[in-house]
Amino acid sequence: MTFWILAPIMVVAALGILFVRKAVHAALLLAVVMISLAFLYAVLDAPFLFAVQIIVYTGAILMLFLFVMMLIGVDATDSVVETIRGQRAMAVVLGLLFGTTLVLGVSQVTLGTVVGLDEANAGGNVPAIANILFSRYVFAFEATSALLITAALGAMVLAHRERLTPKATQADLAAQRIRDFAEHGKHPGPLPSPGVYARHNAVDTPALLPDGTAAESSVSRVLAARGTVRSAPAMADDIDDVRRQIAGFEAQDPTTDPAAMPETSGKAGAPAHTTEDVRKDVDQ
Amino acid sequence: MNLLSHSVLLPLAEGGASHAPVVAPDTAAGGVFDLLWLVIGLPLLGAFLLLGVAPFLRGSLKASVDKHGHLLGTATAVLSFVLSLVLFLSLLGRDAEERQVGQHLWTWFETGSLRVGMDLLYDPLAALFLLLITGVGSLIHVYAIGYMEHDPRRRRFFGYLNLFVAAMLTLILSANFVGLFLGWEGVGLASYLLIGFWQHKPSAAAAAKKAFVINRVGDIGLSLAIALMFATFGTTDFGGVSELAGEADQATLNALGLLLLLGACGKSAQVPLQAWLLDAMEGPTPVSALIHAATMVTAGVYLVVRSNFIYELTPVAQTAVVVVATVTLLWGAVLGCAKDDIKKALAGSTMSQIGYMMLAAGLGPVGYPFAIFHLLTHGFFKANMFLGAGSVMHGMNDDVDMRHYGALNKAMPVTFITFAMGYLAIIGFPGFSGFWSKDKIIESALADNLLVGLLALLGAGITAFYMTRLMLMTFFTSKRWEADVHPHESPKVMTVPLIVLAALSVLGGVLLLGDWIVTWLEPVTGHAEHHEPPLPAIVITLIITAVVALGVAAAWFLVGKREVPREAPQDVSFATRAARADLYGDAINDAVVVRPGVGLVGGLTAFDRGGVDGTVMGGAAALGGISTLLRRVQNGFVRSYALSLLGGALLVVLALLAVNLG
Amino acid sequence: MTQYVVLSAILFTIGCVGVLTRRNAIVVFMCVELMLNACNLAFVAFARQHGNLDGQITAFFVMVVAAAEVVIGLAIIMTIFRTRRSASVDDASLLKY
Repeated sequence: MTFWILAPIMVVAALGILFVRKAVHAALLLAVVMISLAFLYAVLDAPFLFAVQIIVYTGAILMLFLFVMMLIGVDATDSVVETIRGQRAMAVVLGLLFGTTLVLGVSQVTLGTVVGLDEANAGGNVPAIANILFSRYVFAFEATSALLITAALGAMVLAHRERLTPKATQADLAAQRIRDFAEHGKHPGPLPSPGVYARHNAVDTPALLPDGTAAESSVSRVLAARGTVRSAPAMADDIDDVRRQIAGFEAQDPTTDPAAMPETSGKAGAPAHTTEDVRKDVDQ
Repeated sequence: MNLLSHSVLLPLAEGGASHAPVVAPDTAAGGVFDLLWLVIGLPLLGAFLLLGVAPFLRGSLKASVDKHGHLLGTATAVLSFVLSLVLFLSLLGRDAEERQVGQHLWTWFETGSLRVGMDLLYDPLAALFLLLITGVGSLIHVYAIGYMEHDPRRRRFFGYLNLFVAAMLTLILSANFVGLFLGWEGVGLASYLLIGFWQHKPSAAAAAKKAFVINRVGDIGLSLAIALMFATFGTTDFGGVSELAGEADQATLNALGLLLLLGACGKSAQVPLQAWLLDAMEGPTPVSALIHAATMVTAGVYLVVRSNFIYELTPVAQTAVVVVATVTLLWGAVLGCAKDDIKKALAGSTMSQIGYMMLAAGLGPVGYPFAIFHLLTHGFFKANMFLGAGSVMHGMNDDVDMRHYGALNKAMPVTFITFAMGYLAIIGFPGFSGFWSKDKIIESALADNLLVGLLALLGAGITAFYMTRLMLMTFFTSKRWEADVHPHESPKVMTVPLIVLAALSVLGGVLLLGDWIVTWLEPVTGHAEHHEPPLPAIVITLIITAVVALGVAAAWFLVGKREVPREAPQDVSFATRAARADLYGDAINDAVVVRPGVGLVGGLTAFDRGGVDGTVMGGAAALGGISTLLRRVQNGFVRSYALSLLGGALLVVLALLAVNLG
Repeated sequence: MTQYVVLSAILFTIGCVGVLTRRNAIVVFMCVELMLNACNLAFVAFARQHGNLDGQITAFFVMVVAAAEVVIGLAIIMTIFRTRRSASVDDASLLKY
């Protein structure tokens, strides 16, 4: 019963791998297949492999896949256009032929009665596997360990990047900073921290210079690119608003309705004022 | 040196199955015969010093060697002659049965069953040759002192001459065919070097090359003969081969005889390998006298006579020798009639006279002694005449055109008298050496075959004609000298050899006294049963003399009585034109050998380019083309390769299914 | 029992086609993993069929080897990405005619 539930899921997920355009989606679909496989292992009296499948495959290998994917760019999508002429058609034709032949061939075979693993798993599946692994397959086991060590070393060698230039010392960095200031006028000290304004999360709010203008460099460039940085006029409004409130409090003016306060563009909403807007305002 | 003194003399072995006597070199020597090797050694030493050591000298020593080197060269030749004379007299003192002396110097090489020793054989035949080579050679050395006086490379010239003498003596004295071949190649080399001595002249360089190449053709024959000998008899010693010759089958013997004849043809300028001799006259005149008249060109005759134990058994080869000889003697004579170059006319004559010798050698034991006899007398009178011609050229500013001579008898009396002696000898004037030798050959030829005899007789008439023509154009008729020429007699150093050779030309006939030479050579050539000539000997002699007189008279009327034009007339008969063109010998060579050779090479080249290269390169190109197409499969896309993998896996699965279900 | 093997074959084929059609190296790699898992399913199923644990042991080894393979493979992908700024298997196609 489990099989008949899981098998269609697995096939659909596997087919999905062929068609989804994002690698992350493919990884997730693969995870579906693998976890389903783990259940099938359990059904097939292989509890040890059930665990290993989940831990090693789904837990380690797939995570490794995702990790690498993150490293090289998550949003990279495959283009749909096939560049090798005839490759896709031939692949499909050959694959269908191959699969059909295989399925037909396998289904032709009569396998006889199932012996079942009750006897072999009599003392528990894990001890039974351990018995065989450390007796009959001990040499293969040791060879596998060597393989794993080699793989680890190989990964290190491959991922290692040789340092081409000597590491910059603190003195070098300081000298560079001053040189940048001399040549490009780049500010040698730390960038100004974002301004603090009680009504907003301060990160997207530029600090104010003594003359009341915003210090652009105090806000992360990413936020600036997204256009969620609050502009100086907006802040001026805010200031006015606050002043009014203060005045209101002082005057105890009940007409002032906090709800009618102009809603400034929040970071969740669409940006009302971008740096471009700021410039536009200045031009006007 | 005790290595060299191992000489033995054994009684002459009894003849084997053949009629020819067995050559037995392993005969005890002792006494003066221990010095046999020195006959070769002396000129070889001279050549080594003059050619091998002198170039490495420096300073005044070199200048002195360059100045006096010729004396060393001459001295070695003269010493060698003295030694030869002593040896000859010692041999003369022995019984006829013991006149074969062998000397084993060292084992040259030994490989498998082939063992070739550096063995010398001194027998009556070699003795005569030794005297001729060293004697005439010495005289020509002396003559060359004068002739080459102003040549800056005289030291080298004498080195070459010594080298030639040493090689020629090796050829004659060797007791086996391999040693003979060594000498044979040595004289070929010396001949090449000396013909091209004036290498700055392109004609001389070309002539040297031509002589060398044509000689190689003959040498192939000789080397094949030697190989065949070794294959058949397992030895190349004269003794061994002569002993075993009777046991070989006829085809082998025929092949041997014909191959040896080919070798002889190359060296002795016999038709069809005659073309080089006339060009060889590009060399200095002493060279022409020594190598291309007296000695080297007669090596072919020596080879045939020396191989008598083979020719005795192969009538086919003997007939071939006779045919070649007859054709050559007429060929050379005809050439001699048409040439205006005095040396070329003499060269044609040489060719013709060697034809006589070969003819005699082809007649078998009857002819061998006469071949050698004529060889000796020819060596005397032809060397004499060549040196005389050299003397004339010396006086005429090295002009060789007889049409520029005339009436030199007064200007060069000694040269004239000595040349006249040679002239009388060659035409066979009664009493002179040539009379005796040629008479004997024609007589033997008539006895053997009437046609050959008559042709030889005709040759004698032509000889008389062209020699008289030469004589008249050079020494008589009107003066046709170039303006700046002042003929003068040559210095003593040149005339003395002329006088000696003239005397020999006159007196050479004494060798025939009491058939001495026939008896002398009998241990080598075997005893001959004389055929009766068709006519009494005295009648034949008279006929020959009459024919000679006819030739002289014809020359007198055609040349002597007329004005000789300074330029050769062009409106002449076809025969004259043909003779001037060496009877188209070069044209024939060109047509028969050179052009087909060039064509063959061209064809082979074309086949190589088109056929072989075409197949190979075409195959490679086809493979390359297919590869260019196939490499498209290697498109670098991993997924394409994976597709192929899947295709393969599919095939495997299908195969499994087929096996399981089938 | 046959249904497990058939499922295994289907998953394997899907993995194959995925390897052949997807260009993102990581997805291709995932498809390879899918094929390996399909094989593992067959192994475990046959272990039950035959009543011994050898199939399970083999599946275990396959997992270990797959882990090693993923480590190295992803490291290679990282390295390639670092130099080419791309994770497409088609970009690394210089080894050709």
